[in-house]
Amino acid sequence: MWAMIVKEFRQLRRDRRTLAMMIVLPVVLLVVFGYAASFDVSAIPAVVAGPQAAQAPVRAPFQVVQRAPSEGAAWAQDELRDGHAAVAVVTGARPMVLIDGSQLFTAKAALAALESASTTFHAGGGFAAGGQAAGGQSASAPQVRVLYNPALKTSYIMIPGLAGVVLVFVGIIITSLGVVRERQTGTLEQLAVMPLRPRDVFLGKIAPYFAVAAADLALVLAVGVALFGVPFRGSYAVFALGALLFLFVTLGIGVLISSVSENQGQAIQMSFMFTLPQVLLSGLIFPLSSIAAGVRWISYLLPLTYFNEISRGVMLRAEPIGPLWPPLLFLALLGLVVMTLAMLRFRSYLGPAGSGGGRGGQNAVAGAAGTPDPATAGSR
Amino acid sequence: MSAPPPRLPPPSGAWGARAVTVRYGHRLALDQVTFQALPGQVSAVVGGDGAGRTTLLRCLSGAIAPGGGTVARPARIQVGYLSAGSGTYPDLTVAENLAFRAAAYQIPAAAAGPRIREYLGRAGLADARDRLAGQLSGGMRQKLGVIAAMLHHPALLILDEPTTGVDPVSRADLWSLIARAAAEGAAVAFSTSYLDEAERATHVLILAEGRELAAGSPGQIAAAMPGRLWVTGTRPAGPARARSWRRDGRWRVWQPEGDRDPAGRFGDPVQPDLQDAVTVAILTRELDGDRTGDRDRRGGDPALSAREGR
Repeated sequence: MWAMIVKEFRQLRRDRRTLAMMIVLPVVLLVVFGYAASFDVSAIPAVVAGPQAAQAPVRAPFQVVQRAPSEGAAWAQDELRDGHAAVAVVTGARPMVLIDGSQLFTAKAALAALESASTTFHAGGGFAAGGQAAGGQSASAPQVRVLYNPALKTSYIMIPGLAGVVLVFVGIIITSLGVVRERQTGTLEQLAVMPLRPRDVFLGKIAPYFAVAAADLALVLAVGVALFGVPFRGSYAVFALGALLFLFVTLGIGVLISSVSENQGQAIQMSFMFTLPQVLLSGLIFPLSSIAAGVRWISYLLPLTYFNEISRGVMLRAEPIGPLWPPLLFLALLGLVVMTLAMLRFRSYLGPAGSGGGRGGQNAVAGAAGTPDPATAGSR
Repeated sequence: MSAPPPRLPPPSGAWGARAVTVRYGHRLALDQVTFQALPGQVSAVVGGDGAGRTTLLRCLSGAIAPGGGTVARPARIQVGYLSAGSGTYPDLTVAENLAFRAAAYQIPAAAAGPRIREYLGRAGLADARDRLAGQLSGGMRQKLGVIAAMLHHPALLILDEPTTGVDPVSRADLWSLIARAAAEGAAVAFSTSYLDEAERATHVLILAEGRELAAGSPGQIAAAMPGRLWVTGTRPAGPARARSWRRDGRWRVWQPEGDRDPAGRFGDPVQPDLQDAVTVAILTRELDGDRTGDRDRRGGDPALSAREGR
């Protein structure tokens, strides 16, 4: 048994990635997710509209992001639809509080705050802590409406997010395995000398995963709509655009992971390191506003954060393309960067000797065209 | 889609590498190595582990670029390459593997089917066309790799260890495939660690630690062996012991030029062949490098196998 233990330790010592995963990763995960794992919403962005918007007192946890005395209920609803606020207060003769139900935990916190004994809504148009009357007017109950997800169903916010997780899974994990398998079976070298352009190999390699991911996405959405009654209120085209850009990012990350992995085990490890933060820090489970600021910046680097924004916005709130340009642009830029890097890595494997992919002609290749990769080089 | 272009003759009479140097980091894998593959002929690269055979063939195929020297090869579509291992997809069937190759090498769809059937027949794999490549025996998988490499009738066919780990019957089949490809006009370059296989080649390059040890036809290499060779039933004592090795159940003793031992001192004279010449070349190199002497040599470079002697 001792011999076995010694052997295992020796193997483990040489497998740096596994060792790092076993020792460093748990600590990192604990710290990161310790700060991230929170459903507590301490600040609720709110807009105030209507004639008394300017003077309506609004207290914590609500934070006014805009007051618009000249606007009405329609404007307030658009603000919620476009994701500018989670709560909209409409002042006037028939005061209203509109709550964005697509932000589940924020909506629940808003409702709890409204119902709390220490919060009084004032007919004059606001709500203040401590039961103080604003403007000497008597308090009266406002009409509270939860939009987009009136029953505050968890499935309504999870299904659009899970669609993104499916794309992460297929895009990153499955793609990275598919490419690294070529390396393991020795067929990548065959591809390198075939009359195929690196671009053709690259696109030919990821196109099937793209198709599978697209089919998976459609299936998840269909099941979500049919089985869980999740609405799809927005534009299919906008959603498809967001999914397309997001898929390019995940496929590119998958190829990049495979290019730095020697085998499928390593590819799985690295994919896991990319996938787990996406699930936990993207706002899929924990509201972004609940994540500690020191960790939240990571969320804004993750593509799933932006896809969540698009999918929930389009599906639940029928958000048009206009206010969604920042997440779409971010995904497009990230996709461009990741795909370019992945393509460059691929090119370094395929065709290093500079032999043309053409059908005719002959090649006399002089030296100093490149340096062999010791990792893939045979030594016989 | 049109048919692949006809085999083009090499511009200078032979495909190959001239004074090629390759480094892996600080390690010199090939040092000024020259190798040629002539159309219609079979050329062999022979060497033990770490000799540089695979590196040379990878240079020739275009999988890697040399750090120095030049490589002459046809356009990619006229190169057929079997990398170490079978180079086939284990999760595709035999027919699917070949169909992929046919498409990649632009064999017209109408011609691909008949040609695949023809090559499956040549390799004796017709009954295995629907089996997954990963479920084939080692020999069958190698045959699949070889016919996949030659399916498009390449002008230069490069085979890295096509017969390693293959049973004698499959070896004979593979040799039949290789010889036929050469007879049909391909320049065939293959690597092996088996000297008996190298003797079948028209041209042989012997590599040791990335350097040329000998080159030429098997007859030329044998004829160029310096000194004389003796065969005896018992291993000699004294300095000659370090120059002896076992082959076919008897002992070969090499007597260098200038050695003053009398003729017949070590047994009966024997005409050297390629195996003997390579063993002597390696021996000379070792004796020049270090003179540790008394070693139980059984056919020269331990990494080089003369199959029946091991």
